[in-house]
Amino acid sequence: MREVKVVSSIAKKKGFGATLWDYLTTVDHKKIAILYLAAGGLFFVIGGIEAMLIRIQLAKPDNDFVSAGLFNEIITMHGTTMIFLAAMPILFGYMNAVVPLQIGARDVAFPFLNALGFWMFLFGGIFLNLSWFLGGAPDAGWTSYASLSLASPGHGIDFYALGLQISGAGTYIAGINFLVTIINMRAPGMTYMRMPLMTWTTFVASALILFAFPPLTIGLFFMIFDRMFGANFFDHTMGGNTIIWEHLFWIFGHPEVYILILPAFGIFSEIFALFSRKRLFGYSSMVFAVVLIGFLGFMVWAHHMFTVGLGPTANAIFAVATMAIAVPTGMKIFNWLLTIWGGSIKVTTPMLYALGFIPSFVAGGVTGVMQAAAPLDYQLHDSYFIVAHFHYVIVGGVVLAILAALHLYWPLMFNQMLSEKLGKWTFWFFFIGFHLTFFIQHFLGLMGMPRRVFTFGANQGWDLFNAISSFGAIFMAIGVIILVVNIIITVVKNEKVGNDPWEDGRTLEWAIPQPVPFYNFKQTPLVRGLDTFWIEKQEGNKEGMTYAEPLSDIHMPNNSFIPFVMTFGLFVAAFGALYNGEKDWAIPVLVLGLAITLTSMAVRSLKDDHGYHIHKEDLMDDEGGKK
Amino acid sequence: MDFNKKYTPQSWPDHPEQSTLEGKNKFLGFWLFLGGETVLFASLFATYLALKNKGPSGMEFSTNTLFELPLVFVMTMLLLTSSLTSVYAMYHMKNHNFRGMQTWLAITVILGLAFLGFEIYEFNHYVHLGFTYGQSAFSSSFFTLVGTHGLHVVIGLGWIILLMVRNAKRGFSLYNAPKYYTASLYWHFIDVVWVFIFTVVYLMGVVG
Repeated sequence: MREVKVVSSIAKKKGFGATLWDYLTTVDHKKIAILYLAAGGLFFVIGGIEAMLIRIQLAKPDNDFVSAGLFNEIITMHGTTMIFLAAMPILFGYMNAVVPLQIGARDVAFPFLNALGFWMFLFGGIFLNLSWFLGGAPDAGWTSYASLSLASPGHGIDFYALGLQISGAGTYIAGINFLVTIINMRAPGMTYMRMPLMTWTTFVASALILFAFPPLTIGLFFMIFDRMFGANFFDHTMGGNTIIWEHLFWIFGHPEVYILILPAFGIFSEIFALFSRKRLFGYSSMVFAVVLIGFLGFMVWAHHMFTVGLGPTANAIFAVATMAIAVPTGMKIFNWLLTIWGGSIKVTTPMLYALGFIPSFVAGGVTGVMQAAAPLDYQLHDSYFIVAHFHYVIVGGVVLAILAALHLYWPLMFNQMLSEKLGKWTFWFFFIGFHLTFFIQHFLGLMGMPRRVFTFGANQGWDLFNAISSFGAIFMAIGVIILVVNIIITVVKNEKVGNDPWEDGRTLEWAIPQPVPFYNFKQTPLVRGLDTFWIEKQEGNKEGMTYAEPLSDIHMPNNSFIPFVMTFGLFVAAFGALYNGEKDWAIPVLVLGLAITLTSMAVRSLKDDHGYHIHKEDLMDDEGGKK
Repeated sequence: MDFNKKYTPQSWPDHPEQSTLEGKNKFLGFWLFLGGETVLFASLFATYLALKNKGPSGMEFSTNTLFELPLVFVMTMLLLTSSLTSVYAMYHMKNHNFRGMQTWLAITVILGLAFLGFEIYEFNHYVHLGFTYGQSAFSSSFFTLVGTHGLHVVIGLGWIILLMVRNAKRGFSLYNAPKYYTASLYWHFIDVVWVFIFTVVYLMGVVG
């Protein structure tokens, strides 16, 4: 067992190589959070560029900026990238950064698996995006319906299926990790009904991941086997059934949107309480609503398939179940409004996003209930109304939360504060641009414009509205550019902000010294109620925490390069599967890749890795956290 | 926590798999993983039921003509017995009888290998009849469902063998107790899935 003599949480200057190696091998949830944020941010920009290309193509009628085939590739990659590679990983970044601190834990339950989950997401995402350079991207939409995708020539769909398989496995691992962390690692006194909403929503979203990702895994395997290994799941001439894919995809796909929106709800719940300087209104009903939304999320997948022809009984059941979800969601909206009501409000950048979120998300919710009415959905299906709806909930909900949390948690993650002034500029550009782009698409849909068309005629009367929509997209892009400038300026300036940067922190993550020591808590805190930091501050406790244990040795996990190697093996194997039956080297490469993965799993299993201890004496000397 | 501490049958805790935080986490995490695995197999079962006996027009294969219950009955008995022997192994682990545990695990492995041998024979037999993986939607869904279970058996066997070899000279510790325990949980899960395969695929295929 390795002994560590000197510890210090004060950052030392390290060479680039050492820093890189540190991040490649890290198992620390705070560093993995940064990795998720950086990689997710990169994919967010790529997805955003794809969005801009779509709007340029649709800015005027009969446009030939991109070809029809390329347009299909762009919309497919835009959707897939934004959902799987941008929104989810960035939210995972925040969960990693915040949840262990919020529940008073020193790390997640499985630090090794945490790293493994990240690398799987990243390699899966890189594999998917390599399709651009290796013969063309997938082009059957992010839903990749089997009758379309089986007929798609080239390897685009294969990249889609294999890439999502790898990154999906990473997400699944991360989900289990958070569940166990939240169930087993809470500090003394942190009962379930004292958990902050960010933790609660992470908990429920992780449970959704646990049960929603296996159907996707199976669906993707069917797709892989059908396209690469001669199976016949979806080929009706061989007895297959293309609707199986739709079911499996949406049994995953509908909970997936709740996997995205629940953490967003959690983030906004934190923001409303923090900047209204008031306890969250209706805490218990908030928790109840989150759990209920999670539960109902599994009961409604067929509302994506109303027009398939499942019959009036099935459609009616799924329509009613879908409308029922509006009830707990409505509860949450009212609770947020009543949290602000009578609060001592500070309109900071995160709060601005939260205030903008409520009307935007309500609009998206209302159109959702409209589509839940199956007869009306026959009219709205596959039109721009649908595009407008899901952008209102995803951008108006999830993306606003991601941007809000970036400002909110930046001081926690980097001990710096993003510029409030530039942050507000970003908000206004993004918010106005968002409504300009998508509000008008409702009407385009009602006027009959179908989704996923690469162009339209000048005589169809859709010119002006499409031009307005594309104009709005420019505003959103400007907003994002200002954000990037903001980040660069902040990082270069590198002004440290210290403890409780927002001054009104209520929960444990704000009570911790800044920068956060690598072992998080010197002594495990005792949680004395909901908003425990607020309670301590009210009672004049300068330290901000009551401790549940005396100072003692801390057990820490060792860094490991194995997660990276394990995932690299899968990455190699995916190329073998992709070129199966086409290239001679395909099967050997598949075997080689799997061998790398299995060998590294065996090494991990056979080599004892007990971690190390930080000794009490060293902890006492550690001034970590003071500026 | 000193993972290498030696215990006696008297000092050995009642629940060695859950007496460290790492153990508790593994125990819970593995149960959750099995929850996800259940959904995974549920998806495979649903697909199999939807595609059962479906194929190109004039297909000669159906569950009635293809499956032979005696062979599958022997396989079922082998796997059910192996589940029982793994329970004995865990019983000996709780009583701090290392040799007893290793012996019963070895018997579990032998039974599992016998099961696997029969399964390979069965698949081989079907392929020789012309019931190949790509023959029809029925064959694809059958081989994928039963084959995924077979893959789980392979992984379970590899896991148990690796544990037995690695710890052969070291005896028990609170570090490896949760590993043994989760491996046996996995083995039970494989057994439970097989009970459903036996019922849904074979019994309902021939009798139903």
